[in-house]
Amino acid sequence: MLLGPSLAVSAILFSIGVMGVLLRRNAIVILMCIELMLNAVNLTFVALSQQLGLDGQVFVFFVMTVAAAEAAVGLAIIIALYRHRDTVNLQRINLLRG
Amino acid sequence: MTAFLAAIDYAHWGVSALLLIPLAGALLIWAAPEGAAKKIALGVALLEFAVSVGLWWAYDPAGPPIQVGGSLPWIPAWGIEYRIGVDGISLFMVLLTTFLMPLAVLGSWSGITKREKGYYALMMVLTTGMIGVFVAMDLFLFYVFWEVMLIPMYFIIGVWGGKGRLYASIKFFIYTFLGSLLMLVAILVLYFNAGRAAGGDYSFAYEHILRYAALPMSAQFWLFGAFFLAFAIKVPMVPFHTWLPDAHVEAPTAGSVILAGILLKMGTYGFLRFALPFFPSVATNPTVSAVVITLAVVGIVYGALVAMVQPDFKKLIAYSSVSHLGFVVLGIWALTIQSTQGALMVMINHGISTGALFFLVGMIYERRHSRLIADFGGIARVMPAYAAVLTLVSLSSIGLPGTNGFVGEFLVLLGTFRTHPIAAGIATTGVIFAAAYLLWAIQRIIYYALDKKENRSLTDLVPREWGVLVPLVVVILWLGLFPAPVLRRMEPSARHFIESVQGRPAPAVAAVSPQPAVRAALRTLAVADSASSGAVARAGTPQP
Amino acid sequence: MNPLAGTAADWVGLAILLPFAGFLANGALAFLKPKAKRTVSVIGVGSVVAAFVVAVAVFLAVRAAHPAAPYVQTFWSWIPVGDLSVNAGLQVDQLSVVMLLVVTGVSSLIHLFSVGYMHDDPGYARYFAYLNLFVAFMLVLVLGASFPVMFIGWEGVGLCSYLLIGFWFEEKEKADAGLKAFLVNRIGDVGFLIAMFLIFTHLGTLDFRETFARAPQGLAAGGGTVTAIALFLFMACVGKSAQIPLYVWLPDAMAGPTPVSALIHAATMVTAGVYLVARANILFAMAPVASAVVAGVGALTALFAATIGLKQWDIKKVLAYSTISQLGYMFVGVGVGAYASGMFHLVTHAFFKALLFLGAGSVIHVMHQAYHHTHRQADAQDMRNMGGLAAYMPWTARTMWVATLAIAGIPPLAGFFSKDGILGAAFARGQGQPFYLLVWLLGIVAAFLTAFYMGRLMLYTFHGPNRTGDLERPYLTEAPWVMTAPLIVLAALTIVGGALNLPHVETLRHWLEPLTAQSAAFVPDLALSGGVEIGLMVGAALIGIAGLWLAGRILKPEALLPPERAPQETGFAKLLLEKYRVDEFYRRFIIEPLVWFARVVLWKGVDAGLIDTAGVNGSAALARGLGWIGSRIESGQVGTYVVFFLIGAVAVLAALLK
Repeated sequence: MLLGPSLAVSAILFSIGVMGVLLRRNAIVILMCIELMLNAVNLTFVALSQQLGLDGQVFVFFVMTVAAAEAAVGLAIIIALYRHRDTVNLQRINLLRG
Repeated sequence: MTAFLAAIDYAHWGVSALLLIPLAGALLIWAAPEGAAKKIALGVALLEFAVSVGLWWAYDPAGPPIQVGGSLPWIPAWGIEYRIGVDGISLFMVLLTTFLMPLAVLGSWSGITKREKGYYALMMVLTTGMIGVFVAMDLFLFYVFWEVMLIPMYFIIGVWGGKGRLYASIKFFIYTFLGSLLMLVAILVLYFNAGRAAGGDYSFAYEHILRYAALPMSAQFWLFGAFFLAFAIKVPMVPFHTWLPDAHVEAPTAGSVILAGILLKMGTYGFLRFALPFFPSVATNPTVSAVVITLAVVGIVYGALVAMVQPDFKKLIAYSSVSHLGFVVLGIWALTIQSTQGALMVMINHGISTGALFFLVGMIYERRHSRLIADFGGIARVMPAYAAVLTLVSLSSIGLPGTNGFVGEFLVLLGTFRTHPIAAGIATTGVIFAAAYLLWAIQRIIYYALDKKENRSLTDLVPREWGVLVPLVVVILWLGLFPAPVLRRMEPSARHFIESVQGRPAPAVAAVSPQPAVRAALRTLAVADSASSGAVARAGTPQP
Repeated sequence: MNPLAGTAADWVGLAILLPFAGFLANGALAFLKPKAKRTVSVIGVGSVVAAFVVAVAVFLAVRAAHPAAPYVQTFWSWIPVGDLSVNAGLQVDQLSVVMLLVVTGVSSLIHLFSVGYMHDDPGYARYFAYLNLFVAFMLVLVLGASFPVMFIGWEGVGLCSYLLIGFWFEEKEKADAGLKAFLVNRIGDVGFLIAMFLIFTHLGTLDFRETFARAPQGLAAGGGTVTAIALFLFMACVGKSAQIPLYVWLPDAMAGPTPVSALIHAATMVTAGVYLVARANILFAMAPVASAVVAGVGALTALFAATIGLKQWDIKKVLAYSTISQLGYMFVGVGVGAYASGMFHLVTHAFFKALLFLGAGSVIHVMHQAYHHTHRQADAQDMRNMGGLAAYMPWTARTMWVATLAIAGIPPLAGFFSKDGILGAAFARGQGQPFYLLVWLLGIVAAFLTAFYMGRLMLYTFHGPNRTGDLERPYLTEAPWVMTAPLIVLAALTIVGGALNLPHVETLRHWLEPLTAQSAAFVPDLALSGGVEIGLMVGAALIGIAGLWLAGRILKPEALLPPERAPQETGFAKLLLEKYRVDEFYRRFIIEPLVWFARVVLWKGVDAGLIDTAGVNGSAALARGLGWIGSRIESGQVGTYVVFFLIGAVAVLAALLK
């Protein structure tokens, strides 16, 4: 029931998330896009769980927990970053350059 | 004593206590104020030693090979157990460790001035790691301890070391780690192989793997190579030895003592416990054996010659370790009862004598902030007691009969001569070079004219330093004149080792059956008990 | 049941324990009360004299019982491993008791002498501690009931020798001389170790009794194994007893205090090699080739060292080379199979050589004091600074003349009989094997040279005009009684010592028979016909007289110049003065190349260069280089990383879906 549309929505959401991560420069937006991707995956889990059992739904809770933790840590990092550099534009932040 | 130990049920908790006491000590040090750190550390180390002494009586040479331990399930799904025990080999390695640790703490008393809490806490963790390596009877557990002891040593060298400490500590770490990763792979291969051979009963237990692992010759060769490399680096054998001089020179005094006294022994212990018994046909293969014996003999002569020309006294002792450990490897590979027990004696003696030498270097380093031989000269005039102790310890290191050094070297060479006369003959010349490098060095330090102004005001040994040296000197003379009690305790295990390498299969005595049905019943029993009851139980259980 | 059980022989361990206790006490005093010289003297001398008393008691017990087999006491099990069992045990028999008497007796006298000789030395207590320790180790060597226990003493006396040669360690050359002695001895000790390994491998024991009992059956007489064992044992003797090519340490060992030279480097320790051969006589008797090597090396050394002794100016150096030469004789004795003769010479040599060294010590002591009074820097040991001392030190001169006549082989002194016994045996053995005639001939020539250089020494030291210096002359007097008394006792022993083993009475030979009887089967009969024997004796005596006469005839003490004005020697004399430049040869061709090899090739080349720079740091540099290449694609832009990540994820998915 509605499996096809659900998966399609989730695929669209995921792609939007990917595009956001790739194209946006603002760290907060990128973090939001990552959340979007996670939720797209959650949607897939839930959608498929009607056929494959409850495991997927259980897993959604795990993902949500991790996502919450990630958001907390990520935002904290971004705030710390902003305090140091006065910007959250990732193009200007390239400490990892080899 | 035996009755007392039985009354307090020592056999069941003794070894575990040895693992837990230092950990508790580390926590205590961490919680205590900075100034109390070394006192707590000393107290814990002394308690540890007192507990360990019981092993001397608790271990019965006439009993089963592995005793005084036990096992608890840890990760049962993968057959990983907390399985410990000692035999006549590890018994003395444990005693050596617990004997040296209080001295190491005492030897750091005034040398370590920064971050004392961290230092002594790490020393305690190190103790657990070292003892764990010697008592682990489960390969996974062994590997964990092997790595556990690596980390504190890395920090002790890297934080409290000398000028080139970063280079030295990283070199030490990477060298050892390279070997141990290869060993991990080999352990896993053995685990899966033995598990399959045992009909799906996967276990890391030492005796399980010893009993069931059966690999084609070529695979055995590679696995042996992995184990061998891990242990050869640790020993260290030429040409894998260059981390040692750097680590020794840069490490603080106690670090050098522990490094030389105990850590190096883990390599040779690994040979005795794992590399040879697991792969006897590779180890006794004429080519492999010839290569190893050649490396050992080369190490003896090479280490001695290079030591002879070192300007830095600490580096000189480091190279002398290469030479001494060459005797151990030679003795192990010669596979006679004399050479094996001799190798064990050299392991102990080297810990005592070289440990004492490092302490002695540390003492003049603290006074003079130099380790260069050329900076001294004639200090017997101002430090006569120091000179006397240094001479005695050096004599024990070069194997003067009547000191401990002789017993070990003599047995190694005597035993080796029976199977490899040429190698033993060349190795015997090591005694000349040993006298040359060490006596020449101490001559330039304590004898000659007292012609340097800075040396005139040196003070002789203080009570704390006597406290470090006297126990070592006592052991030097004890093991030199009355080694028989030690030798008798080792003999069954040494014999067992030789039999396990030369005459496979001989599992009737040793194998603990890890059958699932029996295992649960055995978990709560000492390994000592399970060895016999396991054999009985297996008789009634159909083989998979 | 050995007849010695329950007699004084049970207490033989005391002979070791007493000096050892003396060492501990004096060692403690050296730290705590170095000024307590009286206490130190009492402990030092007393403990050794007490050991001598024990020795006499043990000797009397052995004489009364005359056991056919050695009496072994086992104290504890020392190294029991598998089929190896080494006990801490002592062995009393006819051979060890002879050594026991000689060692404790001569040591007592020399300890007493040291009280005077070392009196003003700040290291007095340390000196006696070392000396006591030496006696203890020497007795372990002598009494040990197995090769390893003997080896404790063997290396222990080497240690004491090292400590005592370098006693005045602040002078570099003295400390170095001690080290040289220890290292050269260690070369020999390798031989001892390997011999032990061979014995254990082939006979399965290291115990003396069992080894010698099993040897005739367990080893093929004249075979390679027994020859190798004997040769390796002899290698140890070559080191300890200063034979060619390892003799070089002994002349340098004269750097130690003179009583030490007398005790360790003349009377006792250096004779340990001879004792070892005599102890293991069955092994040598079974190995004729090795025995020939022993005799040949001994004879060569006897001659070689005697020639060097001809041109030395240092009074102690002359005696040192003389000792090497006389040790050569002893090896000739035990090499030809005349074990009792070798031991006989060992005993008489202990008397007269100790006497010579102590006499020289007395001279040096007096010379040193004289120079000390006038603060002149001159060599108190150079014979060119002496001369005419007989007038000032009559007792020293008299007793030293006794010893000189003895070593020159003038009848009826002890040295005559002992040397004659050896040369006679070599001659007798030469009847069947001409090689031994050559040995005999070398011995005869060396005997002549011995008489000559000893005559030279006495002439330059005690006769002719005095060259010490006008200011110093008033201070030249006889040494105190603690120093002359031992001289007189030793002189008396030198005179009567020959009675120990008179020709045809042969008390010592019969005494030692229980221990050498086994070898008799392997050694030809060494008896000579009456006429030849008398001829040889007369000849030997004449040669000794000729040597002394020639020295008195051609040497002119009046013409001697002090060392600083002496003309350069040339030609062969220079070569002799420079001791054939053997030390320089060893230094140039063995020591320096070895050190160079260790430093430049092994350390800088292999260790630091090949392994560390190329191997260890090279692999680190390689990893770093690869990492640098990889790091070029790291832009630091998160976006780029995500693109790579995405590509990777798609690739993995594609691979999985395929």
